[in-house]
Amino acid sequence: MAKFAKKKDGDLPAVSTASLPDIVFMLLFFFMTVTTMKDSSLLVENTLPNATEIKKLEKKDRVIYIYVGKPTQDYQKVFGTEPKIQLNDKFANVDEVGSYILAERAKKPQELQNVLTTALKVDRDANMGLIADIKQQLREVNALKVNYTTYEGNAFNNLQ
Amino acid sequence: MARNNEIPEVNAGSMADIAFLLLIFFLVTTTIQTDVGIDRKLPPKDTTPPVQIPEKNIFRVSLNKNNELFVEDDLLPVEELRKVAIAFLDNGGAKQNDDGYCNYCKGERNSKSSDSPTDAIIAFNSDREASYGSYVEVQNELTAAYNALRNREAQRLFNKDFVDMEKNYYDAKTPIDVKQELKKQIKQIRDMYPMKLSEAQTTFNL
Repeated sequence: MAKFAKKKDGDLPAVSTASLPDIVFMLLFFFMTVTTMKDSSLLVENTLPNATEIKKLEKKDRVIYIYVGKPTQDYQKVFGTEPKIQLNDKFANVDEVGSYILAERAKKPQELQNVLTTALKVDRDANMGLIADIKQQLREVNALKVNYTTYEGNAFNNLQ
Repeated sequence: MARNNEIPEVNAGSMADIAFLLLIFFLVTTTIQTDVGIDRKLPPKDTTPPVQIPEKNIFRVSLNKNNELFVEDDLLPVEELRKVAIAFLDNGGAKQNDDGYCNYCKGERNSKSSDSPTDAIIAFNSDREASYGSYVEVQNELTAAYNALRNREAQRLFNKDFVDMEKNYYDAKTPIDVKQELKKQIKQIRDMYPMKLSEAQTTFNL
């Protein structure tokens, strides 16, 4: 009976990799759901200041972002080195902030329109005059909830 | 000749590779970040007519264009601001029999400083040339002063930190009945030390 020679018991059976795609898909779906694509690329330098007494800015759908800082290297030739405001994907002047907020507010669902927060992402080297002007604009359009976005860290390092 | 009528099975061996490729793409592009920051509420546009507030109830903080901090017209290192602000807020200068008397204050009860935390106002002005970094620094220290006092009272009354109470309140996982309880407690603490931080133009009445 040499024909049906018994298999040798020595070698281990190969581990089935059939479920590997399932595992990978599971991970894939996890990352797909938690991913948020950056919707605007930064045109300004944006080193946020540090603070310790902070609160989380949750529920991204209720937030309108305003970026302030000096233009990045590529744009400095055209726009200079004075801090500028960035709304969505372009530079803007102070007097455009109000209409931007109104436009963004109109895009949100009705029930969220009263609970929107404006996140000010301002470079630590920007000067307060510009921020004061922005705040005045926000008051004009009744967008009173603001969040000075910061990093978590020791606030005394802000001036270095 | 052996004919093969069955549909050949698609080789799914490379499925894992494709999925891995996608996985790696999303891994790289993912940024799981929640923004953090200091919350503030701006005053409404239609400003109320100027009100007369006794000078002793106003704590004047200002930043000049060289990012130097002045408190009541004296230069002060930022590191000291928290301590000085707490001393001002917690002063409780009103007399024992006045209506504004603050029975939970632990301050010096100096009659030249604020009457009670509910009357005390911090007026913060910054020069247009001051940097945003130092502005946030000052805002942070003033918030810390309020939080320290609120924490103290929350510890005394409810045996927990005010900051933790707020965090629990905003946490979606907290049950509703707990939230209602927390809301009441938070309001109580906030009424004891209301955050009266004004950035409006305040004028001296000399």
